[in-house]
Formats: sequence, structure tokens, C-alpha cells
Amino acid sequence: MKQNTPIERLYNGVIKENPTFVLMLGMCPTLAVTTSAINGVGMGLSTCAVLMMSNLIISLLRKFIPDRVRMPAYIVVVASFVTVVELLMQAYVRSVYTALGLYIPLIVVNCIILGRAESYAGKNPPVASFFDGLGMGLGFTLALTIIGAVRELLGAGEIFGFRVMPEGYVPVSIMVMAPGAFFVLAILTALQNKFKAPSATNRGDKFCSGCCAQCMQKDCGQRERSDEE
Amino acid sequence: MSKPFNVSMSPHIRSGETTATIMADVIIALLPSVVVGVFVFGARAFAITMLSVTTCVVSEYLYEKILHKPITVTDLSAVVTGLILAVNLYSTAPWWLPVLGGAFAIIVVKMLYGGIGQNFMNPALAARCFLLLSFSRIMTDYPTLDGVSSPTPLVLAKNGEIVDLKALLLGTHSGTIGETSAIAIIIGCAYLCIKGVIKLREPLSVILSTGVFVTFFSLIQGRPVTLNYLAVQMLGGGMLLGAVFMASDYATTPVTPIGQIIFGCCVGFITALIRCVGNGVEGVSYAIIISNLLTPFIEKITVPKPFGLEKERDKK
Repeated sequence: MKQNTPIERLYNGVIKENPTFVLMLGMCPTLAVTTSAINGVGMGLSTCAVLMMSNLIISLLRKFIPDRVRMPAYIVVVASFVTVVELLMQAYVRSVYTALGLYIPLIVVNCIILGRAESYAGKNPPVASFFDGLGMGLGFTLALTIIGAVRELLGAGEIFGFRVMPEGYVPVSIMVMAPGAFFVLAILTALQNKFKAPSATNRGDKFCSGCCAQCMQKDCGQRERSDEE
Repeated sequence: MSKPFNVSMSPHIRSGETTATIMADVIIALLPSVVVGVFVFGARAFAITMLSVTTCVVSEYLYEKILHKPITVTDLSAVVTGLILAVNLYSTAPWWLPVLGGAFAIIVVKMLYGGIGQNFMNPALAARCFLLLSFSRIMTDYPTLDGVSSPTPLVLAKNGEIVDLKALLLGTHSGTIGETSAIAIIIGCAYLCIKGVIKLREPLSVILSTGVFVTFFSLIQGRPVTLNYLAVQMLGGGMLLGAVFMASDYATTPVTPIGQIIFGCCVGFITALIRCVGNGVEGVSYAIIISNLLTPFIEKITVPKPFGLEKERDKK
């Protein structure tokens, strides 16, 4: 697939370099807010919105921002969009806002956002960066929704608030507590490895592991970029 | 020996003990508690115990069969896990509770970390805590005895009431299947100590340090410390059971003698903390699994120095 086209970026974000399952980034919100599928969607989409916009702006400003102060500059851009998203959520989706609580302001230091700004948006043109952010954001949303759905199903017998388990099912409430997040994430990663899907711990030839230092594929665009640094 | 000269690496003298014989000793030591439990709580206690043991053995067998690993169910360790889990449950538990707990203990806590000896936490206790967190209502719903609903001795002691110590020793009070009779557990402990399976210092350090720390915390809080209260704290609830059968587990507790005493004191401290300062009534199981996590560190600081090496180390 041709590099840096919108479609390729979307595919890259959702499947090939899924931030949660493949890059293993942003673990803190992944483990903390996925107590239900709806919280996963809320967190994923708000991160996605911030990611798209910050990628776009950072990419536009990439020649303007001096290299030595790029981190503070990125943080300012990201923090502005997080504030916008936070206020919008507070105004329109109050229930999700209360459920996510502290984790919305914490999007500022989400390592997916800073990671994409540093490794992609700071070096690539705006349109590709925008779609990179969209792809990554959707990949993150997908992952959080899956984890949230599994935890909600086992821990409350529901998915998106709808009762799916039979009447006699007694919810395993540990699944909606902190240990449940680790159980579900670990089991999903184990299944990924079992079925040889791309992941941070499963470096196949076919997929980019996201770790350029150990990657031997010279024709990979990522590699050339990291060599240029 | 068929040949007169056996050329091999040391050790040349081997004991007849295997994992299976040690586990069999533990099972024998647990039997008095189970028998008292069945006697006090009826046939349902027996059914729960059998269900738990069967689940543990079957899940270990299935896991190893599916993953094409050597089948290790004959070492009886799964039976011990099942028994320990069962004596930690109430006889009123629904049938799926021991099944879920047993499968969790064996598959998640034991097999996923590499099987016997590789688990960092006592499987049965981890399963108990898993169930306690998940189904707190069922897991704290103690059974009625002779149609009379009476709280467990620890609940009584927490409320400042006097507990009948005779019932505590004989086991004729409410509680989990195996924890009620102090005498039955002490018999099991004596058997294990005589057979050399466990050392007396392991349970003793847990129980004594619990007594010390309970007194300490109670004095700080200004609560009167009566002899009856102390006896209940040291003998009631999961204390004895935990001290004898779980704080002496080979895989998850330190191997060094001093380390075992430090481990026991850790358990005693955390138990007293949960029981006196915290909200909980019990606390031994959490105390033991938290101390399990400290085991590698305790071992690291208590490694005995080899003879003659001390001077060299001092020079550095």
C-alpha cells in the first residue's frame, strides 16, 4: 500500500499499529476507564478528536516550531484541544464526562498523542497527519470499546447498558474493578499472540512491530525516517 | 542398586520424599478440619469440598492436555489447592463458586505462571480473594447452625462481645468449612511438624506476631485488650488455617529460616492492620497474598553468607 495516503494511515492506525494492542501505548486510560463499553467509546472518541486536531495543527506548525522547544509547544497545542473537548463534553454529554472524570484532563499527557506528534505529525504534511490522528484515534476507540465491552459483559452482564446475560447470571464484579482490566488486556494480548496477529510482543515478518531498532526491513518507510534523525 | 559403582553427579543419597508424598501429608493434615467441617455443617460441606477438589484436578489436567504439556495431576498439588480453597468457603456457597474459584486458582494463578513451584502467589488464596472481591455478598454470608443464625467469633469479638472459647476449639460455631475447629487444625499442624513437612516457626511466627500487633493497635486505639479478645484474634477465623497451611506453602514463602520468621511477622502485621485499623473482620488471606509478593525481597536480604566469604565482602 502506498505510504502516507489517507486510507493507508487509517489502516495503519486501526490495524497495523493499533495504539493499544500493537504499540501498547496509553495504558493508563486503557486500564482505568474501560469499566463499560460506553466509557470506552467516550474516552476513545474524545482522545480521537484531540489527536486529529493536534496532529493537524502540529503538522502545520512543524516548520515554525524550533526543534529545541518542540515538546512545550506540542503540549500547549494538545492542552488547548483537551480544554475544548472537556468543555464540550461537560456541556453535551454530562454522564460520560462524570464517568471519565480526571481522565479527560489527563489526555494532555496521553503518550499516544505526544507519540504521534513527535514521531509523525512533526515530520509529515498536514493531510496525512490529520488522517494519522484519525486512524490512531479510531484504533484506540476500537480497542477501548472491546475491552470495555468484555469487562461490562462479565462484570455486569450487560453491553452498552443492555442486559445480555441470562437472568440467573451473577456478575463477577472483579471484572469492573482494577484487576479485571489487567485480566482482559492480558488475555486479549495472549489471544493476539496465539493467532499471530500484530502486537508489541509478536514480531512477525509480515507486520511492522513498531520497533524500528530491531526491524530488519529496509524498505519500510518508518525505518528511513528514523535513519534520517 | 544394580551396579556396584554408581557414577553420577551429587547428590548420592536421596530421600524418598517426592512432591506427591509431601502433598499427601498435607492432605492428611487437612482431613481433621474437613471432617469437623462436614460434621458441623452437614453433607453440603462435603459436596463443596469434592466439587472444589475435582475442579482443580480437572482444570489442571485439561490445561496440560490442551497445551500438550506433561500431565502433573498425579503430584496431588491440585488436590491440595482444591482442599485449601474448599476449607476457605462457606458451606452455603452456590455450586458454581468452588468451580469458578478452582478453575481460577489452577489456570490463572498456577498454570499461567508455569505450573507447580512457579506461582508467585498461593493459588487457593488468590482464588479466595478473587471470589471475595467478585461476590462479596455470597462470600460473607455465613451459614446458620442448628437453625440459629450466629455471627462468626471474629464478628462477635469485633463488636466487643465475649466468645465461647470451648466452641472455638471444638468448632461448633459458624464459619468457613475448615476454619471452625482450632483443635482439628492443631492436630494437622502437629502431624505436619512431626513429619517434617513444615517447621513450627512458620505458623508460630504468624500467630504470635498477630497477637503482638493486635495488642499494639488496640492499645493505640484505646480499646481494652482482654485475654478472650486476644485468644479469638489468634485462634478464630482463618488465622490458624492460614498460618498452618498457607503461610507454610513451599513455592510462595521464603526458604531461609530467618526469612520465614520475617514473612510470618509480615502476615501478622498486615492481618492486625486489616482487623484493627481497617474495616475488615477477616484479613489473613489478604495478608498472606500480600506477603507472598514480598517473598523474593525477603529471600534476597536473608540469603545466608557462605562461610569464609564475609571478610572479602567487608573488604569491598
